[in-house]
Amino acid sequence: MDTTNLTIESILEGYRSKKFSAVDVVSAYLERIEQHDKDLNSFITVTKAEALKEAAERDSSGDFSLPLAGLPIALKDIFSTKGIKTTAASNVLKDYIASYDATVVTRLKEAGAIILGKLNHDAWAHGSSGENSDFGPTKNPWNTKFTPGGSSSGSAAAVSAGFTPIATATDTGGSIRLPASFTNTVGLKPTYGRVSRYGVISMASSLDSIGHITKTVMDSAIVLNATAGADGLDATLHSEKPDDYTKNIKNGIKGMKFGIPKEFVSEGLSKDVSDVFEKTVEALKSLGAEIVDVSLPNTEYGIATYYIIQPSEVSSNLARYDGIRFGNKRTEFGEEAKRRIMLGTFTLSSGYYDAYYKKAMQVRTLIKNDFEKVFEEVDALIAPVSPTLPWKLDEKNNDPLAMYLSDALTVTANIAGIPSLAVPAGFAQGLPVGIQIMGPQFSEEKLFQIGYAYEQATEYYKQTPNL
Amino acid sequence: MKYTPIIGLETHVELKTASKMFCGCSAEYFGKAPNSHTCPVCLGLPGALPFPNKTAIDWCVMIALALNCEINKFSKFDRKNYFYPDLSKGYQISQYDLPFGKDGSITVSKQKGSNETKMIRIRRVHMEEDTGKLTHAIVNGEKVSLIDFNRSGVPLVEIVTEPDFENEHQVVEYLQKLQKIVRYLGVSNADMEKGDMRLEPNISLQKEGETELPNYKVEVKNINSFRFVDKAIKFEIIRQTELLEKGERPDQETRGWNETKNATVSQRLKEEANDYRYFPEPDIPPIEFNQTEIDALKNALPELPDEKQERFEEKFNLPSYDAEILTRDKALADYFEEAVKVGNEHNITPKQIANTIINKKTNTEEILPAKLIEMISSESKTEEINPAELNKVISEVVSENPKAVADYKAGKEPILQFLIGQTMRKLGKKADLTVIKSAILEALK
Amino acid sequence: MKIDVKNVAKLANLKLTSEEEKKFEGQLGDILTYVEQLQKVDTTGVEETAQVTGLSNVARSDTTSPSLSQDEALSGAKEQHNGFVKVQAILEE
Repeated sequence: MDTTNLTIESILEGYRSKKFSAVDVVSAYLERIEQHDKDLNSFITVTKAEALKEAAERDSSGDFSLPLAGLPIALKDIFSTKGIKTTAASNVLKDYIASYDATVVTRLKEAGAIILGKLNHDAWAHGSSGENSDFGPTKNPWNTKFTPGGSSSGSAAAVSAGFTPIATATDTGGSIRLPASFTNTVGLKPTYGRVSRYGVISMASSLDSIGHITKTVMDSAIVLNATAGADGLDATLHSEKPDDYTKNIKNGIKGMKFGIPKEFVSEGLSKDVSDVFEKTVEALKSLGAEIVDVSLPNTEYGIATYYIIQPSEVSSNLARYDGIRFGNKRTEFGEEAKRRIMLGTFTLSSGYYDAYYKKAMQVRTLIKNDFEKVFEEVDALIAPVSPTLPWKLDEKNNDPLAMYLSDALTVTANIAGIPSLAVPAGFAQGLPVGIQIMGPQFSEEKLFQIGYAYEQATEYYKQTPNL
Repeated sequence: MKYTPIIGLETHVELKTASKMFCGCSAEYFGKAPNSHTCPVCLGLPGALPFPNKTAIDWCVMIALALNCEINKFSKFDRKNYFYPDLSKGYQISQYDLPFGKDGSITVSKQKGSNETKMIRIRRVHMEEDTGKLTHAIVNGEKVSLIDFNRSGVPLVEIVTEPDFENEHQVVEYLQKLQKIVRYLGVSNADMEKGDMRLEPNISLQKEGETELPNYKVEVKNINSFRFVDKAIKFEIIRQTELLEKGERPDQETRGWNETKNATVSQRLKEEANDYRYFPEPDIPPIEFNQTEIDALKNALPELPDEKQERFEEKFNLPSYDAEILTRDKALADYFEEAVKVGNEHNITPKQIANTIINKKTNTEEILPAKLIEMISSESKTEEINPAELNKVISEVVSENPKAVADYKAGKEPILQFLIGQTMRKLGKKADLTVIKSAILEALK
Repeated sequence: MKIDVKNVAKLANLKLTSEEEKKFEGQLGDILTYVEQLQKVDTTGVEETAQVTGLSNVARSDTTSPSLSQDEALSGAKEQHNGFVKVQAILEE
């Protein structure tokens, strides 16, 4: 069975029409992982026996009515899974087995999904290329000399390579959107407060968004239906029950108005990226949308704001890793983790708090207000995700600041707490280029609608890498 | 050279909620098997998140209101970051600059037995979570520390005073009042021995005549009874006085009360104050109160001990000694008022009831108020005694007890009670004591 | 901006080699110089955003839920003794 063309819809259809069984599907994915993942290094743990067992149980039940019945999923190794190693891709948690499931994991299981394994990523979600993993970098399936983006490197590579139709991921400063756009996959960063963070190892508590990577926009909406909503364990969740995100997904975008933030398309973009982006804008226009230029003046300070708030929260969130109740000693932290802990400890410290953390929180308000103002005029914002094409592994490794600057176009959505959907937008030099669609808080339904129209018109998702 | 003690007090009260502050684990940890009341949240496991307990917050506000505090309409939790093995997350969720309550007060008497009062200002009342418990042991010959996280996450209310105390009596009275208040509110057992009320005084001495606060202060830990509060403060005042008289400034440090040595002992000198790097807790949205909610909580407060004591003194005409004892415990005070109600219908005065309860140490848990009134009634019912019968009995008693009579006549006044008692026994009836007494006195003339 | 790397490492409970100290001093200095551009932004009268959700008063009722068993709670602890988590003696006096 060729897994590279499967989507949630086609798998469920196949089950319900008895074209194939859950064991058939799960086996096919597992075989492909066995054959090709040694070249990509997207998985840290593969739960083969359990997955086959669950598939067999699903088949004998004969019941495929659940929304994700028999659907294979893989989880970024930052999601706690009961009884399964949860490493955060770090040597500190190399052998840590979680004693509980994250809410998202529980919900996906309850929807019928079958876990194939845990995916590689930058340790503690610190990174934009996957190179900060203590288990070796993940390679881009489109060209293994290149990064698949990070921090959700394994999630993007696995979906792109046909190892799993769904991969959970997290986005704190672009960690879903960047790898999705580097691998020709769909990456959703939901609104902060839409999906529970309970059980997901915290990176930066006020910025972490819990999302997922899929092949298509419809698949992304189906998964959000399963994961969204309050759970009584994460106090930052909104209580309103979310809608069915697939309900209006095919309604098209005629009459919608989109803004292009001028700060996101300035000279900083590489020619390859700006060429792809221009084509995107034309495509949206021909689908009936009106495109205008808008400005988000304070986003110029996005990176500076982000790289104060995020490390500050990181330094506090990583304090519990002391090797006493679980895990290994703090000396096992990798270099990037240590760097961020040091930076964050400094920016929160006495005498510096006002100048750094407090100031950043104020600029955060200004950035948030910029977005709110703009959304009074337009339905959504369209922008590139990365100023450049994917870079070669090892290229940016020695300059942390240069690595941080690759987040310039993605961090502001996290700062403002708004949702953003990354969708494939084309190729340049054999490498994928994605774009992002940003909307006001809790506007995921509209983002899917826009993404779906664009995706169906351009059909980039039909292209798959040769492994 | 005279020195004035300058004492401030930090008290932690453990709330007796059913569940912990930020998770659903049972908060009743005392005496349970170690690490049997924990979950990912209070154990600080990867990925766990806090979810505040509404009852704990309401109770903290009630304590603040009972202490005459102003309630902050906008308040939040903050992270206090430091490393210690009993602190599972590496930070404690507490409150920094916007505590629930601020600027309150408690009034105490200035000296023991004095009518003059001293107002102790309360700087803040805030909410935080307790840490796990560390005990020290020797395992396989090695000195180790053992950690039990059952207590981790139990709700604590911290009450901080200004350095207004002038002596150990004021401190003890403040603590007794605070204990009574939280027990009245039903929010804590406030049992010092069990650790649900903990305190740390900070003590320094000011040279007489100086208005500036001293440039050092000594914190004392490990005090777990009222007796030790008194002793520890007395000890510190003497210790610091001796140093100051020698021209030395006492070290700014933390000391522990050592009951075997009957002294405070220096713990590691903490030269630098810990940099806690407080920042607003991002996992918990802020708390906002409007005036209506605050008023509702205030109205829901039961009558507090001081008010109740005053009311008992006025309404029931009781001396403050009696009123204080009867209002020490809310349940007892309620019992007393119930008894007074029944007593009213049987001509038994509140004073009679008070006397019985206080002197006879009535078991108020077993004897219902109505029964108590019955008992008092029958004891005080007197029967008519025939004077002739009385005199006859008295003559018998006098002739049967010549030594007693002689002793009494020699000046031993208390013997009279014995003679009255003998008379009553022989009479076999409840007679008016005053009548019997005067009849005996007549006979002994 | 030069930071006292030794002091920060102590606060952060990190043991750094002298090589790491040197490296971080340089790198962190660069990063801090970059983020200092925030000083240019006029934030007079601007409220801090600590909570981007706009939520307030999120709390739960005082009911209990099942705890982990002692075994589950201790399952990750490398050093334990009689149900306690064990560490080297913490000296208080």
